[in-house]
Amino acid sequence: MMENSKPAGERRLVITGEPLGKGRAGHGAFEQDGNVFSKYIGLAESRDDFHIVIPLGGVYSPKRGDGVIGRVTEIIFQKWIVDVNSPYEATLPLSEGVEGFVDLTKADLTKFFDYGDVVFTEIFAVSKQRHVTLTMRNRKCRKLKGGRLLTVTPAKVPRIIGKGGSMVEMIKQMTGTQIVVGQNGVVWLRGENEDLAAEVVMTIEERSHIHGLTDQIKDMLEKAVGKPYVPKPVEQQPSTEYVSGDKPVSRYEKFRREEETSQPSESSDAEKENPGSSESIGDIDTIKL
Amino acid sequence: MGGHTDEKLIFNGKRLDGRRFDEVRPMKAEIGQLKRADGSGSFKFGDTWAIAGVHGPRKVFPRREEKADRAILRAEYRMAPFSTGERSRPGPNRRSTEISMVTRKALLPVLFTEEFPKTAIDADIEILQAGASTRCAGINAAAIALADAGVPMRDLVSSCSAGVINGQIVLDVSGKEDTAGELDMPIAYYHGKKEITLIQMDGIAAPERVKELLKLAIKGCEQVYEVQKQALRAKYVVTDETE
Amino acid sequence: MIEMDPELISEITSRGKRIDGRAFEAYRDVTIETNLIGAADGSARVKLGNTEIIAGVKIELGTPYPDSPADGVLTCSSEFIPLASSEFERGPPSEDSVELSRVVDRAIRESKCIDMSKLCIKPEEVIWMIYIDMDVLSDDGNLIDAACIAAVAALASAKMPKLIVEGDKHSTDNSVHEGKLPMSAIPVSITLAKVGNSIIVDPNLAEWKAIAARLTVGTKDTSDGIKLCSMQKGGDRGLKLEEVERMIDLGVEKGEEIRAKIKQAVGK
Repeated sequence: MMENSKPAGERRLVITGEPLGKGRAGHGAFEQDGNVFSKYIGLAESRDDFHIVIPLGGVYSPKRGDGVIGRVTEIIFQKWIVDVNSPYEATLPLSEGVEGFVDLTKADLTKFFDYGDVVFTEIFAVSKQRHVTLTMRNRKCRKLKGGRLLTVTPAKVPRIIGKGGSMVEMIKQMTGTQIVVGQNGVVWLRGENEDLAAEVVMTIEERSHIHGLTDQIKDMLEKAVGKPYVPKPVEQQPSTEYVSGDKPVSRYEKFRREEETSQPSESSDAEKENPGSSESIGDIDTIKL
Repeated sequence: MGGHTDEKLIFNGKRLDGRRFDEVRPMKAEIGQLKRADGSGSFKFGDTWAIAGVHGPRKVFPRREEKADRAILRAEYRMAPFSTGERSRPGPNRRSTEISMVTRKALLPVLFTEEFPKTAIDADIEILQAGASTRCAGINAAAIALADAGVPMRDLVSSCSAGVINGQIVLDVSGKEDTAGELDMPIAYYHGKKEITLIQMDGIAAPERVKELLKLAIKGCEQVYEVQKQALRAKYVVTDETE
Repeated sequence: MIEMDPELISEITSRGKRIDGRAFEAYRDVTIETNLIGAADGSARVKLGNTEIIAGVKIELGTPYPDSPADGVLTCSSEFIPLASSEFERGPPSEDSVELSRVVDRAIRESKCIDMSKLCIKPEEVIWMIYIDMDVLSDDGNLIDAACIAAVAALASAKMPKLIVEGDKHSTDNSVHEGKLPMSAIPVSITLAKVGNSIIVDPNLAEWKAIAARLTVGTKDTSDGIKLCSMQKGGDRGLKLEEVERMIDLGVEKGEEIRAKIKQAVGK
């Protein structure tokens, strides 16, 4: 059964160059002579005369406000260079990584973030020349220790998170793992059943375009764990609307009140928290019709 | 080219492999086979077989090649030593350098390179089996590999050849027709804007005939386009699953 | 060197003027000089505006390729020497240099202006090898057309070295020449360029850098009228079918003009 014959208004599979109709082009689409076409293989949504396409592949393009997982690759002068799975290099300046005054004549920057450290960090700014500046100020930013990392297609992150975080919640609960999902497609897992969690994440990656995937994943988990999934009542977090042309409005902007006072230290917050608690800044359902 | 034109290539109105004059060899395309590439594609014209792997957009090395306002496209065409009748020596030669260059120029017009400044998009084409029109198969494979990699594009690029054998205009020149025929003209076509992005011609023909050949080659490209589109969709076809 | 912005050139050209005042279909002044290099068996220097190329032809004995044992061999190559332009780099041949050699080679080879079988001395053993080497001395655009004129003029004025046969041994005396290299036609390459919305002929360097797309059309004269013998499209953008057809027509027309100039220079 082909996924490309749905009526307008629902998601339908489109391919590169496919005509979407007349009107205006949003993300993932372009206009030519009054008609709109898709730039990608992806899922198209049309509302009135407005068309967007969510690509099913592609590299990560850093956007301000995204929570991403990266690895420290270099330490120069007063900053750390972090690989965030993107063609563009990301920098974490000293002032954004460490609280308070740091005496550079005495301090060893590796004490804060060392080569190879994995961090969950926020994109503070992306310049026109695509220089990416990171910050660790948000209280959800921290080092991620132990566990394992997976890389998925960034476009599939919303599916892994699910509406209001429902999908990732289910996986966490059923597998007893901590999961952090970066908007850049890097996923961190740690817990008793990392193998199962990893398998589930990769399955979602492969089948992200399929309807009814949530139920399939639920079945998969229930079968593997041997008990039914009973969702815990989760404090409802408002999902954000995707507004074409803008970046997704970052929810945690609301959390940026005063400066954080806690120092980044060897033992990360994650170790103190219960496994299975909701972790990612990226709990955003990026498409809402 | 420069074939010995007295060799008979047409019998009873049909070509050596039984095709009509305006018929393309059976084509086959698919995407996503190479797991270590960001995107990949495979394209066959009869027994001519090309695969392509795409990496990027990614950082450019050497840095001096990067462009401040857009991505660069680098294409490399290579023939596997076992791909030809007689083993061919590995390594680039002038022919493969030229083909790499025209391949890149054939694909460039459809890419939204401005969306990824200072990066490189690398397309590597490998000819696994050479039965004529290898550069066409290579371009077709690279185009779908780019789409598979999630590179933003205006459309696919489709490539096909037309030629003259025993004085007769034909579509999709193959094996023997290439070596013994009088003229070979591969082209590449961008359907969305109806533009030709590659033309090469070897052989002798009157100007009006060349224009006929162009029109026929464009028809071939439109057929290639349909096959390429199918390959893109096929990767995501949803079949009813029973768990 | 500060150069004119290609976008500005595209705009000006679209509005119907060329930056050097020429008509769209006008070539710059062409001068062709032959037999200027004594050590070569054939040579020609071509100036096309400020573009200058020297082509040298060397004819030597060699062995045939296994798949064409009774044919001579023709090889074209080009050098973009750093003295010709601040933009030519030292090192292995660039893409443009390779393209130039291939396009000129194509025009000559595909036109069959030289009957390769006539270059066979002893099948499978001894044949004549023709080397065409083009040196770009100055780049002011349209190297392809200039190189082709130079190569063809060098070939058309080339003389065969004296062949010495002693039993089974073959050798040549390059100081003596006997007879001309047999050529049955004069192939010419014309490059048509799309700059902005306009199609022009013989782009100078500034125009060359503003090219959206180009088509090089090789033609030869036959008793049956003008025939195309090669085509190569260049440039980063596409061309509509009508534009290609127009370029083919112009290529045929201009080919005749240039052919006449070559014939005059060579004295045919």
